[in-house]
Amino acid sequence: MSWWSRLYRRKQMDEQLDKELRFHLDQHAGDLIARGHSPGQAQRQARLALGGPEQVKEKCRDARGTRWLENIVQDSRYALRTFRKKPGFAAITLIILALGIGATTVMFAVVNAVLLRRLAFPEPDKLVTLHGFIRNFGDFWGFSNPDLADVRSASRSLRVAAWTYGGGTISAPGEPRYADGRQISAELFATLGIRPLHGRVFRPEEDRPGAAPVAIISRGLWQQRFAGDLSAIGKPLVFDGKPYTVIGIAPAGFQLSGDADVFTPLGQREDRRMQNRTARFIHAVARLRPGVTLVQAQSEIALIARRLAIEYPKSNEEVTMRVEPLQQELVGDVRATLWLLLATVGLVLLIACVNIASLFLTRAISRERELAVRVALGAGWGRLARQCLTESAVLGLGGGLLGLAVAQLCVPPFLAFWPGALPRADEIRLDWHVFAFGIGVSLLSGLSFGLAPILRLPSRSLEAAIRAGGRTIAGASGRLHGAFVVAEIALAFVLLVSAGMLGNTLLDLSSLNPGLNVHNVLTARFAISPGALANASGIPQAWQDVLDRARRLPDVEFAALSDIIPMREGENSLSYRTSPSPVPASREQIALASTVTPDYLKVMGIPLRAGRFFNDHDRDNSEPVVVIDDNLARHAFGGQSAVGKHLWVPAFGAPPVQIVGVVGHVRHWGLAGDDQSRVRDQMYSPFSQVPVPMLRFFSSVMSIAVRTKTPPLNAIRPLQQELRGADGDQALYEPWTMEQLVSASLARQRFLLLLFGIFAGIALLLASIGIYGVLAYLTGQRTPEIGVRVALGATVRDVVGLVLRQCLKMVLAGLVVGIFAALAAGRVLQRLVEGMQPLHAATFAAMIAILAGAALAAGFVPARRASRVDPVRALRQE
Amino acid sequence: MPASKSDLPQGTLDLLILKAVALNPLHGYGIAQRLEQVSRGVVQVPEGSLYPALHRLEYRGLLAAEWKKTDTNREAKFYRLTRKGARQLDADAASWQRLAEAVGLILAMANGGTP
Repeated sequence: MSWWSRLYRRKQMDEQLDKELRFHLDQHAGDLIARGHSPGQAQRQARLALGGPEQVKEKCRDARGTRWLENIVQDSRYALRTFRKKPGFAAITLIILALGIGATTVMFAVVNAVLLRRLAFPEPDKLVTLHGFIRNFGDFWGFSNPDLADVRSASRSLRVAAWTYGGGTISAPGEPRYADGRQISAELFATLGIRPLHGRVFRPEEDRPGAAPVAIISRGLWQQRFAGDLSAIGKPLVFDGKPYTVIGIAPAGFQLSGDADVFTPLGQREDRRMQNRTARFIHAVARLRPGVTLVQAQSEIALIARRLAIEYPKSNEEVTMRVEPLQQELVGDVRATLWLLLATVGLVLLIACVNIASLFLTRAISRERELAVRVALGAGWGRLARQCLTESAVLGLGGGLLGLAVAQLCVPPFLAFWPGALPRADEIRLDWHVFAFGIGVSLLSGLSFGLAPILRLPSRSLEAAIRAGGRTIAGASGRLHGAFVVAEIALAFVLLVSAGMLGNTLLDLSSLNPGLNVHNVLTARFAISPGALANASGIPQAWQDVLDRARRLPDVEFAALSDIIPMREGENSLSYRTSPSPVPASREQIALASTVTPDYLKVMGIPLRAGRFFNDHDRDNSEPVVVIDDNLARHAFGGQSAVGKHLWVPAFGAPPVQIVGVVGHVRHWGLAGDDQSRVRDQMYSPFSQVPVPMLRFFSSVMSIAVRTKTPPLNAIRPLQQELRGADGDQALYEPWTMEQLVSASLARQRFLLLLFGIFAGIALLLASIGIYGVLAYLTGQRTPEIGVRVALGATVRDVVGLVLRQCLKMVLAGLVVGIFAALAAGRVLQRLVEGMQPLHAATFAAMIAILAGAALAAGFVPARRASRVDPVRALRQE
Repeated sequence: MPASKSDLPQGTLDLLILKAVALNPLHGYGIAQRLEQVSRGVVQVPEGSLYPALHRLEYRGLLAAEWKKTDTNREAKFYRLTRKGARQLDADAASWQRLAEAVGLILAMANGGTP
């Protein structure tokens, strides 16, 4: 019989025990009667021999071994009864706990889904990504096609698949629209371990130049364009101006660094970039072969990279290669933020627990007499401790269940407020891991605040407690209470200072000059007519037509094209030299390169410092020119004038380019990130000088930017209409105003400030309540003493001062601890949050003032009450 | 008149109960009766401890219990030795024998005054 059924059948077992003992008594009495005793005498003697039936039964129950469980049930009932008697106490505790545990559970649910749960692929631990890495480019790069081919054939430890971005316009079937796409190698699906929903994946022979064009489409596109009909397989799809045959449907929710609708074979590309060892645009996903560890793969890939560096020093000298777990790559920079937030809500929960602990302590002291009487009646220390813990655990569990409900409600708004896209957000839900966490945390917090009264149990002598009658004894409890207040203040101070730091940082960053005039600028990616792309020499004219159409709109002041837009995703870093002779790759200078049309400077409002910007005379047959920013000018030429000098940019070919102008620096990497970025030099080259073979590629990445006369969001519709082109097959997508982009570059910091602000507010409130509670209790205990003081002539001021001094002592102690903790927390924040400014002394002082002010205000209420003590009544109480 | 009664040393009650039910299943009263009879009245089972001991042994799986009719046609709870209980009985009995012999030797020395 399990202990559970024993407990469950307790009643039945009690009846059986009763029956057994009755049988014994009857049998014994029967024997005695047979030996000649009278029935009454016999029964009495039998009962005497057995002893008190209740004691025997109690001992039998003890012998069953389910005693502890029965005690818990009994104690829980008792706890519920006491809570019902004092509903206010229970309600406050439950609310505080529900909020604390709810917030912690929300954060854990996110951390669990994003960071802890394994990816939804078979054997996800074996999936890795590969990166090429060049130290002074300061960023992880993709692979060039020749490098990846070498890695793939040389590696024994990895099965490598490749992919790159490749969007385009779907022009049939249905209305033309832009669709995100990916070019993938044939083995990508198999490497990830997934199968298409319908149809098949690419065959190796389809992943080569010249093979018949085939495509896999997303489930969404299949529903939308083919009504989810299985006959879609084998049907034509015109994508990026090319007729493809649909051969498969990707599984629902399949993503490769974001959603994509069309997957085409990477190996069918025939452009020159595929042969170029410095064109690092291909991403690699790989699976460890059976029995291979990550470390083995890492050392093998490092070795291959070193060999390639020796074999191709021109392109690969400084290139190292790295293998990272795929999961780590997917969550990227979110990791630090999420752990930071989880730690912060944990801190808030800790404050809540300290607060409840001090409530419990106060209550325990007022119940001291009850406990003492119970000890006198024979209750053991362990038994009482268990009862206290049961009470707090019941409260903790109740708070935990409420907290889980709060978490259920709060997860969607939390995700809605998250800045940008949170990876794996669709996987966030309250599963049993989260449930177990919530319950675990609530039990733990319940036990932690239940310990407070237990700590006091042995410290009081029984006799004193009972003799104290209805009143309680001050003394040792003051120190424990004080410790709670000190802890609360220290914790709250850490949160206040962190919030202050974030606020500071956000203000500082927002006031930075982005380097351009962000008002009235609209940017958008643009997919040009696939027909125009067919003939490379016609491409410039097609783009000119786009600009002309845009300018024709009454709201548009200037219009320009650019391949990269400040503060938006996307970049193009190139190395440059100031002399014709090559230098080792490790000493090459890197600049962010934008390819733009002449009006770009006017659209963006970037100041011209020297020389000129591009004009219509810069053509593909005129001298190649470049414009640099003042950072590059200072970097490369020191104090000298840069205009008229030359730069050698390997990506532009061997001949040098002439510098015709210098413009202001633009904070391309965002207001927060630009100062820390490693590529801070910038250069611009004219779109009109892009070599003809590169025009098709550039056309796939060009964006349009316009300066408007009215609020730029109003220009989106007319632009979309006007720019559809002669054939109606051009599309404008992802429109952003520059103001939105600037603001988005601080979204992470703003989001953290919002949360830290809320948390710090809650912490301040909880700490104030805690101080109020403790001081109210302590002064309540000192009422007789205060009565004596008043009787001896103490004024209102004296009494208020007496209480506030006590308050101030606790606040100061809390601040001393808090200052050290806050300095440490500030260090952590600076490491984790981009653009975080060091702590300002003024913020520090302000936070001290806020905290001390709130604490003294909380202390003033009990102080005031104490000053109104009527000495006669107080003394009579004594 | 039986010889004067003795208190049971600590821990021996369990052993005696196991031995008492080793022969055939008995109810609590029957166990007390048998122990008293076999010891010729020397062992007086403390009835207040008998039932907690029975329940403890049942909980530990050394005894199994069953409700059965007695010869007087009343329902009673009969205890019987389990296999685990039998093993325990053997071990405890052996160790008790050793202890008793040892105690006997020591007492013999004290009485004789010579080794």
